[in-house]
Amino acid sequence: MSNTTPSTNTAPSTARSSLFGMLAEFRSPESLFQACEQLRDAGFRDWDAHTPFPIHGLDQAMGLKRSPVALFVLILGLGGAALGMLMQGWVATMAYPLVISGKPFFSWPAFIPITFECGVLGGASGAILGFLLMSRLPRHHHALFNSKHFERVTDDAFFISIEATDPKFDREETKQLLGRLGATAVEEVAAGGEPSA
Amino acid sequence: MHTVADIDPVEGRPALIAGDPDFHGITETVAAPMEWKPPLGWYICLGISLLMLSMLGISIGWLFWEGVGIWGNNQPVAWGWPIVNFVFWVGIGHAGTLISAVLFLFRQKWRTSINRTAEAMTIFAVMCALIFPGIHIGRPWLPYWMLPVPNSMGMWPQFRSPLMWDVFAVSIYGTVSLLFWYVGLIPDLATMRDRATGKIRRIVYGIFSLGWRGSMRQWTHYEKAYLLLAGLATPLVLSVHSVVSFDFATSQLPGWHTTIFPPYFVAGAIFSGIAMVTTLMVICRVIFKLKSIINLLHFDRMAKLLLVTGTIVGYAYSIEFFVAWYSGNPYEGFTFLNRAFGPYAWAYWIMVSCNVITPQIFWFKKARTNMAILFIASIFINIGMWFERFVIVVTSLHRDFLPSSWGYFRPTFWDLATFIGSFGLFFTMFCLFVRFLPMVAMAEVKGVLPAAHGREPRPETDVDPSDLEPALETTGSAA
Repeated sequence: MSNTTPSTNTAPSTARSSLFGMLAEFRSPESLFQACEQLRDAGFRDWDAHTPFPIHGLDQAMGLKRSPVALFVLILGLGGAALGMLMQGWVATMAYPLVISGKPFFSWPAFIPITFECGVLGGASGAILGFLLMSRLPRHHHALFNSKHFERVTDDAFFISIEATDPKFDREETKQLLGRLGATAVEEVAAGGEPSA
Repeated sequence: MHTVADIDPVEGRPALIAGDPDFHGITETVAAPMEWKPPLGWYICLGISLLMLSMLGISIGWLFWEGVGIWGNNQPVAWGWPIVNFVFWVGIGHAGTLISAVLFLFRQKWRTSINRTAEAMTIFAVMCALIFPGIHIGRPWLPYWMLPVPNSMGMWPQFRSPLMWDVFAVSIYGTVSLLFWYVGLIPDLATMRDRATGKIRRIVYGIFSLGWRGSMRQWTHYEKAYLLLAGLATPLVLSVHSVVSFDFATSQLPGWHTTIFPPYFVAGAIFSGIAMVTTLMVICRVIFKLKSIINLLHFDRMAKLLLVTGTIVGYAYSIEFFVAWYSGNPYEGFTFLNRAFGPYAWAYWIMVSCNVITPQIFWFKKARTNMAILFIASIFINIGMWFERFVIVVTSLHRDFLPSSWGYFRPTFWDLATFIGSFGLFFTMFCLFVRFLPMVAMAEVKGVLPAAHGREPRPETDVDPSDLEPALETTGSAA
């Protein structure tokens, strides 16, 4: 990391659209944590922290809202359970009514196990769907993959990225700010580029 | 067992990962089995597994050609080995969900070293389990009759039958386990993508890691989804083996018709699954040199779980006898006396010695941390739990209400070949898993390292801040 020279990536400051933003590396979870609190208080909007594992409390340090994934789970879970019960009720009363030991056609207590299982299936699908939709995945191309150093984010490196679209973004000032916050290296990341696998 | 250096300075408990590795060290240790040439032991394991798998193929081929008559199933024991094997395999899967979901909800951080392997085991065990009812139906071209699909006959399944509940419970269990496993794999697949040197690896790991970039905004959704999946998987795993036990308990056969069956089956399932996890973890630890990540602490806790669940199972065995006597029902009483002292007494006492007596050795710490004892005891428990299902199915059926229809069930060569073949499928999948997927959840293990919550892994004095920020004209310290 120590041989990073941000100037090698520098594009003319007029071509702001070709710049994705700044990527700053931090040495430890704590220094990242403190930097995130400072950036949150400074009022940045289009920025993110990148870590190899979830750091607890970092979402508050970044000022993130609660994840709405639970809502997906609730709606799809209840929907799945309702569909399960409806399907069994329809089969037992309309599609293929059979008298079994003199019980009523709609003998709902016997339908509870499958209703429950369908609810779990719906809820699990909701969790996956909510996670993918909210985190905008799958997305195999992203400007951050243009950075060679960023490959270490899934190993042992901690990063903060600030996008050029942020109203408070300024090429020089933001770079200096990240340095003051304790970044061990700051580089400019170009927008677009090759889709990364 | 622990030196002072192994104590986590923040939590004051023994460190979960031995040897104080840094984040990169974890990545290297876990990724090594996927990136090096596999050891000879892996090729031997895969070769034997493939041989056994081909046995499964031949057995199923012959079964489809000739019909279920090739098995020992007949009156009065119409439910023979296929059902025994089905319940055995589903049960094995349950420990995976217990370790990954239930221990996650209870914040048992030691699970991170073993949960990936345990979840993989769940999925492969459910695959093996689903084969048996699938091939047992006699007309193997009609399994879709078990599903509510519109068809030209205008027929629909009978949802009041516990066998239908079972179709839904086990297939949804398999699906949800797969989703849970995959979500857990995404960050680690991204690690493999970023480490990949070959093009094929980079593309394949890249596709399946969905473009993960470890962003905190993604992590918050990821963690919420993972927590909720764990919350859903917990009641699911309890329901699945309860439903499996309903297959028996809702019938009116002495020996099956008891209310203790759901909790008894769930405890037995977790017991057998933990035994299987222990067997596999001992093998993985030895072959792939994961001693620092899967350490004695983990085996100690697994052995305690074996002791608890084994004792619950032993309690259930005794309660069954108590209720058989206390109910005053002569058929119930006969069935249980016949179980312990009849023609299948040998199977009953194998079951009791393997399941109730064997785990009692884990009262001793020396046994809980000795690889050889753990391995042998876990194999015994696996055998015992298979015999438990054999005893439940066969001893309850073989002496019918009329002595004229009593019989003695004997398995055939094809029963044995199919069962051994299913182990071939299980171990083949497992060999491929340890070769191509990270068998330890790297991101989760990094999260429980002391460095992840407070302590600096590297000494401050080694780093000169001016080396780290060559082109920055800042005055801020690098701390």
